[in-house]
Amino acid sequence: MSAVLDHHGHAHDDHHHAPTGWQRWVFATNHKDIGTLYMIFSLTMLMIGGVLALLIRAELFQPGLQFVNPELFNQLTTMHGLIMVFGAIMPGFVGFANWMIPLQIGASDMAFARMNNFSFWLMIPAALMLAGSFFMPGGAPAAGWTLYAPLTLQMGPSMDAGIFALHILGASSIMGSINIIVTVLNMRAPGMTLMKMPMFAWTWLITAYLLIAVMPVLAGAITMTLTDRHFGTSFFNPAGGGDPVMYQHIFWFFGHPEVYIMILPAFGIISQVVPTFARKRLFGYASMVYATSSIAILSFIVWAHHMFTSGMPVTGQLFFMYATMLIAVPTAVKIFNWIATMWQGSMTFETPMLFAVGFIFVFTMGGFTGLILAMAPIDIQLHDTYYVVAHFHYVLVAGSLYAMFAGYYFWSPKWTGVMYDETRGKIHFWWSLIAFNVTFFPMHFLGLAGMPRRYADYPMQFADFNALASVGAFAFGLAQVYFIVFIVIPTMMGKGAKASQKPWEAAEGLEWEVPSPAPFHTFETPPKLNAAATKVIG
Amino acid sequence: MKSVFNGLACVLLGAAAWSGTAAFSPAQAVNDLPGGPAVNQLNLVPAVTKIAQDQAWLHWFMLIVCFVIFVAVFAVMFYSIWKHRKSVGYEPATFHESVTVEILWTLIPFLIVIVMGLMATRTVVAMKDTTSSDLTIKVTGMQWKWGYDYLKGEGEGIGFVSTIDTAQRQMSNNGGPKKGEQVDDYLLKVDNALVVPVGKKVRLITTANDVIHGLMVPALGIQQAAIPGFVRDTWFTAEKVGVYYGQCSQLCGKEHSYMPIQVKVLSAQDYTQWVAQERKKMAALADDPAKVWALDDMIKRGEKVYAANCVACHQANGKGGGAIKPLDGAAVVLDADKAKQIMVLLNGQNNQSMPSWKALSDTDIAAVISYTKNNWSNKTGQVVQPAEVLALRK
Repeated sequence: MSAVLDHHGHAHDDHHHAPTGWQRWVFATNHKDIGTLYMIFSLTMLMIGGVLALLIRAELFQPGLQFVNPELFNQLTTMHGLIMVFGAIMPGFVGFANWMIPLQIGASDMAFARMNNFSFWLMIPAALMLAGSFFMPGGAPAAGWTLYAPLTLQMGPSMDAGIFALHILGASSIMGSINIIVTVLNMRAPGMTLMKMPMFAWTWLITAYLLIAVMPVLAGAITMTLTDRHFGTSFFNPAGGGDPVMYQHIFWFFGHPEVYIMILPAFGIISQVVPTFARKRLFGYASMVYATSSIAILSFIVWAHHMFTSGMPVTGQLFFMYATMLIAVPTAVKIFNWIATMWQGSMTFETPMLFAVGFIFVFTMGGFTGLILAMAPIDIQLHDTYYVVAHFHYVLVAGSLYAMFAGYYFWSPKWTGVMYDETRGKIHFWWSLIAFNVTFFPMHFLGLAGMPRRYADYPMQFADFNALASVGAFAFGLAQVYFIVFIVIPTMMGKGAKASQKPWEAAEGLEWEVPSPAPFHTFETPPKLNAAATKVIG
Repeated sequence: MKSVFNGLACVLLGAAAWSGTAAFSPAQAVNDLPGGPAVNQLNLVPAVTKIAQDQAWLHWFMLIVCFVIFVAVFAVMFYSIWKHRKSVGYEPATFHESVTVEILWTLIPFLIVIVMGLMATRTVVAMKDTTSSDLTIKVTGMQWKWGYDYLKGEGEGIGFVSTIDTAQRQMSNNGGPKKGEQVDDYLLKVDNALVVPVGKKVRLITTANDVIHGLMVPALGIQQAAIPGFVRDTWFTAEKVGVYYGQCSQLCGKEHSYMPIQVKVLSAQDYTQWVAQERKKMAALADDPAKVWALDDMIKRGEKVYAANCVACHQANGKGGGAIKPLDGAAVVLDADKAKQIMVLLNGQNNQSMPSWKALSDTDIAAVISYTKNNWSNKTGQVVQPAEVLALRK
């Protein structure tokens, strides 16, 4: 980002008309600037959400209440979830999309530059409202990130702030998605056919459709909650004949595709990193595209597996159990393809590859626990226990977050023009990997033994594993502080060895056809591409 | 500079590892809890119903299948990582697709998940079959306790409310059990356990008064949400006499962690005896709401009601704390209009952070109000009669 931050640098003669100083960021219409803004926002929210997580783990270090009361504890778990999902993971991937999609498909910018600006700056008031809800009367929302009715009807005014914030974030996501779809469909360079497009662009195209399909569903659910709270309606309020189970159906109709929204772009990043460091083309490109699409389609017909204990007819349980298990098939295909890409490659293990291999290994564990949870009879034992907490952190932290780390190490030379420090990258990887597993692996045992989630205090028999998880959590949190202080900030300030145009020996794709750091404007005229659409040939 | 940073990282890692080992010396010894969690338990709670046995079997089956696949797949990956690296001079191959292989590794996982699904189907059907039960009990989730009403079968008509042991709730506020305190059933002990006979099919009908709660007893293999305005059901047939523990599994507000479920499974004989006893107790306890009480009797009774229901939040000294309003010197408590405080107890206040206590009897509500009006520095001399509470109930 040095080229982006340092305005007096080279190769900038072509944009003397662009605003400078703070105006450059507030009025940003350049996809690279907006991508940078998104990523800084995401990192900030990651830190805020992380602090909340550490407060939770501090409270759970020992049995008994030590630091927070149960009310505040519920606020912490709720806000940790909302901030990480809507503030850290989703905007993080949008940041990657903004930076990389135009570069990867040979477009000059995103299709709707001003809407792009709007969808970023909308997030700031939303984030302030969300994080600021702690200071409202009655504290932050405490109904869990799923915001189940009718508990939401008992919350204080911060619930309204939270609902409003989610509305705005949803609007921002929809605009971002429209932008990505139009960019990918309309602005590809001549010769960049859909089936030659890099996997990251592909996964984001599918993700964007998912977002457009489900964000309005969430908006509907929380709007009905809002009118139940204030305007005397009874959509979900049982006191007026409303249906709290309907809320769960609507929420999870959004919520399940949402988890794929958070993992498909991760699959895209991994599909770019693995071939580069295996020095071998991605195995089964077409089947990767089909697998991603199948996952997206299946994600719409599995939602009620989150509700096996809410009570549904036996046929409903069977249908949702079978459908959920089916998702294992395209996911397995992806894992096999990555391993086949590595097979007989000529691998090196720079930090992006380490995170990619770490992702495949640890994410697969989360995938298998997902399969176990999908089995309705087992879910009766494990639903809403720490086993579920372990499962979704294995796929969201070791999945989505690790993929973003891989992506950062992989593409930051292109963004900043300097190489990150390889030793530090490796420390970050091993430290994160070990701390992550120390934190979340014991949670499987806690869940199997029956410890419910969202508990401020627990029976003594669970004490040791909780203590271990808390120690791991603090170590993991420190690892991310290390990442920001010793890797992100130095590279952003332009410290480090100068990165070449193509810092990775076997990297393929148009992003490596422009200099590092990428100039403010790229591909202003559509490039002429080679047959594989991986190189500019004049 | 760089080496300083890297050195720092190593020190931090070491510190983390050290504190990890230090954590494993709990201040007080804790033992396994039969029917509840064992210390550092690694797998499901030992099953006492057929369904729970099936669940445990399915879990082992899935665990083994997944583990075998995991090992096989990652053996290939790590072999490749070991052999196919640039540093050992391995030249990259150029293949990048194979229709046969791709179809094969789509079909095989597909067949495996079909087998998995079929294995589970029988148990799903059995779990949902709540017909022909010997005993039907309605379970009502309330913020934050459980109500049990015996609807059909032996014991019909019995009904009571089950709340966490108040001493344990206090312990939690005070930072957890201290040295020497009895802790094996910490946060799992209740005042009135659900009592059922062994070997009989018990159907539980769940519902709730306020928000969704989760009825979960791992040893019995049941978990069913209790949803306000809705009726759901589940069932179990306990095969062994004993006490089994569970906790509320669905986030239901601030005391979510403090509404455990305790199920006592008795032999047929003991159960009949318990029913007879319970009937006697109910007859003795049935208060005449028209009875006029003397102030002293009311305060004595109110003290017990307070200790069982109010002390967790409002504290023994009546001062509350944090968001919890004090009762000592409170305007609503001192008010000459007794109806104000009665309404608060019946309907709750402040978005239910003070919940509704209408599940208590008229006499209990009258007693606890009389107690608060005449305790600590409150000296109103007022006595609230059950009839006054009854009159304000809607």
